[in-house]
Amino acid sequence: MKAIISFELYKIFRRPRTYIAFGAIAALIVVIQFGLKVDGQSYAAFLMKDINDTLTVDGKVLNGYLICYILLQLLLVHVPLLVALIAADMISGEANLGTLRLLFSTPFTRTQWVLGKFIAASIYTIVLLIWLAFLALFVSMWVFGTDDLFLMKSNYVVLIQEKDVLWRYVGAFVFASFSLLTVTALGFLMSSMANNSIGPIVGTMSAIVFFTILSTLNIPLFSIIKPYLFTTHMNNWKEFFDIQVNEDNEAIAGSILNIAKIKNSLLVLSAHIILFVTVAVYITKKKDILS
Amino acid sequence: MSVIHVNNVSKHFGALKAVDGLSFEVQEGQVFGFLGQNGSGKSTTIRMLLSLIHPTSGNIEIFGHSIQDNRNEVLEEIGAIIERPDLYPYLSAKEHLQLFAKLRSKKIKPNAIEDTLRKVGLLDRSKDKVQTFSLGMKQRLGIGIALLHNPSLIILDEPTNGLDPQGISDIRNLIQYLAKEEGKTILVSSHILSEIEQMASHILILHKGKKLADGPIQTMLDPNKMIVHLTTTNDEQALQVILAGSYSNYLLKRTEGIYLSLPHFEIPLLNQFLVNAGVGLISVESRNSLEDYFLQLTSNSN
Amino acid sequence: MKKMVVSLLLLCFTHAGFAQVDPLIEKVSKKLALVNDYVAEGVMKTDVSFIKASLGKVKVYFKKPNLLKVKKEGGISLLPKGGVSLTINTLLNTKKYSTIPGGTQVVNGKTLTVVKLIPNDDNLDWVISTLWIDPVEALVYKTATTTKENGSYEITMQYGSYAQYGLASKIIFSFNTKDYKLPNGITLEFGDEDPAAKKKLLKNKKGTVEITYNNYIINKGIPNTIF
Repeated sequence: MKAIISFELYKIFRRPRTYIAFGAIAALIVVIQFGLKVDGQSYAAFLMKDINDTLTVDGKVLNGYLICYILLQLLLVHVPLLVALIAADMISGEANLGTLRLLFSTPFTRTQWVLGKFIAASIYTIVLLIWLAFLALFVSMWVFGTDDLFLMKSNYVVLIQEKDVLWRYVGAFVFASFSLLTVTALGFLMSSMANNSIGPIVGTMSAIVFFTILSTLNIPLFSIIKPYLFTTHMNNWKEFFDIQVNEDNEAIAGSILNIAKIKNSLLVLSAHIILFVTVAVYITKKKDILS
Repeated sequence: MSVIHVNNVSKHFGALKAVDGLSFEVQEGQVFGFLGQNGSGKSTTIRMLLSLIHPTSGNIEIFGHSIQDNRNEVLEEIGAIIERPDLYPYLSAKEHLQLFAKLRSKKIKPNAIEDTLRKVGLLDRSKDKVQTFSLGMKQRLGIGIALLHNPSLIILDEPTNGLDPQGISDIRNLIQYLAKEEGKTILVSSHILSEIEQMASHILILHKGKKLADGPIQTMLDPNKMIVHLTTTNDEQALQVILAGSYSNYLLKRTEGIYLSLPHFEIPLLNQFLVNAGVGLISVESRNSLEDYFLQLTSNSN
Repeated sequence: MKKMVVSLLLLCFTHAGFAQVDPLIEKVSKKLALVNDYVAEGVMKTDVSFIKASLGKVKVYFKKPNLLKVKKEGGISLLPKGGVSLTINTLLNTKKYSTIPGGTQVVNGKTLTVVKLIPNDDNLDWVISTLWIDPVEALVYKTATTTKENGSYEITMQYGSYAQYGLASKIIFSFNTKDYKLPNGITLEFGDEDPAAKKKLLKNKKGTVEITYNNYIINKGIPNTIF
């Protein structure tokens, strides 16, 4: 299995396509960081319009932590599409290339191959996420400095102390890795069903877009299925940035408002990962390699 | 010792019977030629030997083990190329060999990669990406991957496909070297019959998923079964003469030309018979080739 | 509100002829005059229905006549807009006001004298301020100020060891808050909202900012650059 993983990782990181995602993330982040660096104050003023009517906010609101949050909000919706580019190609791409028959005639079972390939794709996904974290968090911290995280949500504002922020990002990135691994597993499942790359890539992207729309539409009919859609849970990394308050409305440092929601989402996402990979293994085991 | 034992194996794709009740054995040290037209079921059979395709029914044993139950152990001792030499275009020849070496539990000698590159004539191009390779070079690299772990059984599916005459000759020489010098058991498939004729010690002829014949090539090319092609001044008259006489039993059904299959000592007598019957003979070509045998078998089967 | 302001102003004019500074205010002012400047360390608590913030350490800087700055140590602070500068020191040190006696009221078991201040200077930001003063200690326990632009504020004070300077140990700013809402399209929060949490948040539309002072450093000089 280790041999398969290193074999697959070598191929992934020798392929030009792999670096599209890294490049796209870097370009997006740098552009947004540049925009916020140049004209961030007017963006912040726009966000704080309601607050400024009543309160004076003193301090570095537009600091690295807030920039990272803004970047994650924007990017974690789109990164799955980049993940699909590699994950959905892992089996079908080899079938298309004709190399699948080479692999499956080596002394490893197909289950080992599918799991090995999934682990390799997962490592790629996590490396991509680390790249995103490095650029979105650490580069932003370096460029914009740090301060308390002043987070403007739809109905309220959360002010998290500077020393209470970093671990939340660690939690959020770990959570995001589960979200992205679900996409990896979905891409993988699609990949096991086809003999060309385009179909599974487009299929995975379409599924993400479709389910995301269902998850975001507040239509009662869809509310029944929403809790079971992985897209509903993918964005719950944000829960790490909501904080509990005590009876006196004082925020409790180090607390998370709804930890049960995070746990539930992680369970749902894990169940999806296991389901998708299991079905991918089953399909791959059963199929005849005709390519 | 039987290296491959295929017992009544069938593979159906829906209504299509790609392989139908096929049985054969390949013994250790044989160069086993797998003959058949395109679509005869050769590749399907080879893919079943490598567990790429699941048989609908029947058993396959390799090295005395069932491929279904002992897949990994069996595949450890097999090196194969299947149809086209499909490889990773963004990797070099050397990277391919290094990567595939990792997939073998057998210890691969440190100089095995260089030796293999030399053996398949790619040493000077070892660092070039495969996307710059010709078809022949890719095919040679494919064979290199198959040989890298020094397997006992080598399965080559259409190894000379798309190669130029020099490439074909190189592959032929390599197969003969592997069989004679290294004692490998080789199963080689082709629809180019002359290739098999020059390489194989045993052959199996497959047609529409069924075995038509198998055995040592010497028995297939029995001197008592010469193929004679007659060129006459009047083919119609010649045919009538043959059909009226005792040579009608030797006549082969062909759409064009007159072909007979008969023992070599009958040829002068046939010649005499036709001359006596007033047939103007231009030439009598006698051949003893696999191709004729193959065509004869398949045309009879049709 | 407007009507109230207008009637108060009218009241102010009718008494203009008799306008004089209340002796109790003089007494309070005298006490406050002891302080030229101070730096105070304290803990600030922001309690606004739509804000979740934890306690934060603050430093409050004051310099005569009316310079005041609240600085949170290494963090973001939320202060009522314009409200913090309206402390008792900054109000009284302007000296540009008339007083109207308002009788007495019992607040938290204390009998306090009520005095209203009307500014004489149009440039001042506030319109009217009511002071609840302990006549014996000459300490202001509560102020209610209406500003021109930033609404009304109530400031409640508690006193401790710095009472002789008229400096509070705890100040509570109360103010009205407006609705807060950002569109989901901007916050990218599309999930189902928790209705219970929303209800709880919207229940109280009055905000407070509390500063509890630990110690004051008085009359040691502060550069103007701080403000």
